[in-house]
Amino acid sequence: MDFLNPVINGFAVVLEPTNLLYCLIGVVIGMLIGVLPGLGPAATIAILLPLTYNVEPVTAIIMLAGIFYGAQYGGTITSVLLRLPGEASSVVTVFDGYQMARQGKAGTALGLAAIGSFIGGTAAIIGLTFLAPIVAGFALDFGPPEYTALALLGILLVATISSGAKAKALIAAAVGLLLATVGRDIFTGQSRFTFGNLQLADGIDFVPIAMGLFGLGEILYNLEERHRAAKAPSKVSNVWPSRKDLKQASGSIGRGSLLGFFLGILPGGGATIASMASYAMEKKRAKQPERFGKGAPEGVAGPETANNAAATSSFIPLLTLGIPANATMALMFGALLIQGVTPGPQLVEQNPELFWGVVNSMYIGNILLLIMSLPLVGIFVKILRVRAAILAPVTALITLLGAYTINNSMFDVTLVVVFGIIGYLMKKFGFEPGPLVLAFVLGELLESSMRRSLLVFGGDPLGFFGRPISATLLIVFVLVALLPVIRSIAKRKFTASTLVTKPDIKEKV
Amino acid sequence: MSIVVGFVPTPAGEAALTAGIAEAKLRNEDLVIVNSAREGALVDKSVAPDDVLAQAASRAAEAGVKATVIQPPYQHDLADEFLDVVRAANASLIVIGLRHRTQVGKFILGSHAQRILMQADRPVLAVKADGAGL
Repeated sequence: MDFLNPVINGFAVVLEPTNLLYCLIGVVIGMLIGVLPGLGPAATIAILLPLTYNVEPVTAIIMLAGIFYGAQYGGTITSVLLRLPGEASSVVTVFDGYQMARQGKAGTALGLAAIGSFIGGTAAIIGLTFLAPIVAGFALDFGPPEYTALALLGILLVATISSGAKAKALIAAAVGLLLATVGRDIFTGQSRFTFGNLQLADGIDFVPIAMGLFGLGEILYNLEERHRAAKAPSKVSNVWPSRKDLKQASGSIGRGSLLGFFLGILPGGGATIASMASYAMEKKRAKQPERFGKGAPEGVAGPETANNAAATSSFIPLLTLGIPANATMALMFGALLIQGVTPGPQLVEQNPELFWGVVNSMYIGNILLLIMSLPLVGIFVKILRVRAAILAPVTALITLLGAYTINNSMFDVTLVVVFGIIGYLMKKFGFEPGPLVLAFVLGELLESSMRRSLLVFGGDPLGFFGRPISATLLIVFVLVALLPVIRSIAKRKFTASTLVTKPDIKEKV
Repeated sequence: MSIVVGFVPTPAGEAALTAGIAEAKLRNEDLVIVNSAREGALVDKSVAPDDVLAQAASRAAEAGVKATVIQPPYQHDLADEFLDVVRAANASLIVIGLRHRTQVGKFILGSHAQRILMQADRPVLAVKADGAGL
């Protein structure tokens, strides 16, 4: 029972009234922004980062995590009712969810999605509870060379796996790494890229970058869509799915949980890819695949389960290895760093209250979401009545105000504006800000551990291949890097093979 | 010449439609049913769902009135842009629904109906929801 003691202590942390309140606030905000297309969890977390300064680390992360998995619930609502995916991870829900709504089964679709999300999320938390300490225990032996390899692999995977143009993602990641070098050198104290500016001497803070790229950039980009025609609100009746629907969907909920859990752990994976993979799998497995796209309950239940499971399990690499698996996790990483907590293998040992508090808060959060999502759908949909011309200035104001309050520095505000413009231009030209932020966060880790290990190896880069774990990781790195080349060669050989068309969906973070 | 009805899916809007159909039949003119919502928001209560609009068109057809349904979104000012539509349709009569709004509410939020009544350069028939219009 030694293992379970900290887990149970974690529940004591969650049940503190403050933490319960912040959990509730987090999931409500998450649900609201999940409903709003264009404002994703990453943007919201970036905007709300300054709010978390004055609270305990565990409370802050509980709230931010709530925003993340709450958004997965909220995204479903608009997908089903209005054919507008609120989040990238609920794009596939549109196919069958909206058809179900047109057949008058909107309530059933929403109910199935909520129940599936709850089961998927809870299953993933249970998996997280058991898997995370094992991974962390394994990673305790990691030294600088292993971290170098892991950081490299993480950046590469995020840049290549995430949907969208790979070359652009790699460019963004490279810029992120470059930005990470700004400031005084950690070993020699040499100033780099500071242009004689004292405020740049400590390096660029993570928060202004995140707030600019995700917050302001996203707001500016969405303003372009201000001239869109409104739709009529749809009515939702009978939210509880019938026993027959539940039976039909139970298999896909089970499969979605498993698939989502494993795809969420992978760096570069996450809720979006999990939901798409689950939809594809359900369609493949179905006895009558032609029902899909015409309102098949499995097509809603599977992806919705998978995206919640993935959202939860993507905490595993962050909390156990200190490697964020996607852009939202990079923000979580930044939030932890602000609080003076370095995520990594030591987290479970040194900060059990934080680790188990956050993990266990997800049980509570999922229950809260299940309770709220079914009866309160109508209230959440009301937020869609707010015009972009009103919403955007308010969010922009909150962002800039928040940026100022961190250090009471106008320089930070300027940085946010500059990165906001960069973020807007990036979106406009098809660059995703995710890889940039991730590379920026991992850049520091990469640089310091690489130079430390080179000191250990006496400057011999082949030393990385002398240690089994770092060697394996680096070989995987090389394989992933060469995969497109191998694939293009293979494609040239089998030009006659069938072309697989993937839906062109950009990851909205 | 035609008759323009400002239509919203509310009792007042339904009453305006009923009055508009009756008036069009009486005058033997065409009917233009306008359902306009402000653009920018994703969802707006005043947008009529497709089935409601189809029902409105069929009600006009049953009465033997030739009706067209248009849904032009407006940007800033409903009254101005609605009256542009009216002018473009060369309407002989405008039919709108009225709802009760308190003095304070009218002061703060304004009233589209009042502005249409004041600014229109042709006859306006204002109808109330409780059937008093007919």
